[in-house]
Amino acid sequence: MALTGVLRAGFVQIRVLEMDEALPHYEGRIGLNLVEKGKDGRVYLKGYDEFDRHSIILREADSPGVDLMAFKVAAESDLDGFEKRITEFGLAVDHVAAGEQPDVGRRIGFTLPTGHRIELYAEMARSENGPFTDNPDIWRDEPRGMRALGFDHCLMYGPNVAEVLRFFTEALDFSLVEKVQTPDGPIAVWLTSSTKSHEIAFVEHAEPGKFHHVSFLLESWNDVGHAADIISRYDISRDVGPTRHGITRGQTVYFFDPSGNRNEVFSGGYSYFPDHPTRVWTPDQLGKGIFYYEKELNDRFLGVVT
Amino acid sequence: MSEQFTISFEGSVKNFPCPESSRVLIAMEKQGLSYIPVGCRGGGCGTCRVIVTQGRYRTRKMSRVHVSEGQERAGYALACRLIPESDLLLRLAGDVPGV
Repeated sequence: MALTGVLRAGFVQIRVLEMDEALPHYEGRIGLNLVEKGKDGRVYLKGYDEFDRHSIILREADSPGVDLMAFKVAAESDLDGFEKRITEFGLAVDHVAAGEQPDVGRRIGFTLPTGHRIELYAEMARSENGPFTDNPDIWRDEPRGMRALGFDHCLMYGPNVAEVLRFFTEALDFSLVEKVQTPDGPIAVWLTSSTKSHEIAFVEHAEPGKFHHVSFLLESWNDVGHAADIISRYDISRDVGPTRHGITRGQTVYFFDPSGNRNEVFSGGYSYFPDHPTRVWTPDQLGKGIFYYEKELNDRFLGVVT
Repeated sequence: MSEQFTISFEGSVKNFPCPESSRVLIAMEKQGLSYIPVGCRGGGCGTCRVIVTQGRYRTRKMSRVHVSEGQERAGYALACRLIPESDLLLRLAGDVPGV
């Protein structure tokens, strides 16, 4: 197996204010499939094209935002190896027992210098409702809503982005795909463990632990337009787009869930391989980097987080 | 025809009508107005925070990061979750820069 260690963004647990508003949004509009309503009130969802049991967990709380994001590693033994490397880097590692989320194996967790909790896990049950594998049709039931294939990545806001970049590259073997560089260091980084253009991204921000967006993959630019139609039809709170990013080249539209957490659905972007160079943006060209067509930044996109 | 309440601002002649059961920020945006800064429209980001200095109202759940229990008792609200039950007088009290 050529891809080892951290495989990909696996799941994210998102806080919502009112589950009765949140679930119809994620299930009906974005088009995720409901997996389970847990006894503790957490709701588990997945994209129709994901093999694993769940990828999005909604938890009702007093403030929206992100509880944690977890990456799947290739093997159980990787958890021990990463625990050693993370500890040597200087972050405290804790343990989450198997079963804390249904059908998920043991996890190791730690808090980044940006204030975000990250976890690693090796085992999650296969979905009973995942993609076909034998002479496979393209889906079981025709996709709903925005037709999201699955969870793709998150963008986090917090302090110490340069230190978090060093952590992901040195302790977890991620690659730096793109960055915004100032004379004082990087202020935004797009990181991957795979051939995706990013599995997680960070933007420098004074307040720790803030959540900019969770992103879902769509099949095509046409689907981004269809998502925008759904945003207008159902009066979903739109943020920006449809447009395209210079950074990662994704074709995108941004909107907010009913609790104010930002969502993205996107298609396209390039494939990354570890021998590729990092693409570098300067702050004076950031407008084009973020919104390739408009070439100007938007205060709400830059400043509004949960 | 649903009842309309008037939303006005301290020290200003600006005002706009808000239908009963409508959220103040959403009613404002539908009229093409920008008196209150707009963020997430979901009670999460604090951009549209106001203090209600006169009037009766109810709210949907709002982020405790931006409206604490004490602030809620003192009349703070996020306009995107604010539903008037009478005419309202508001003062802007945004938590973060909006647009």
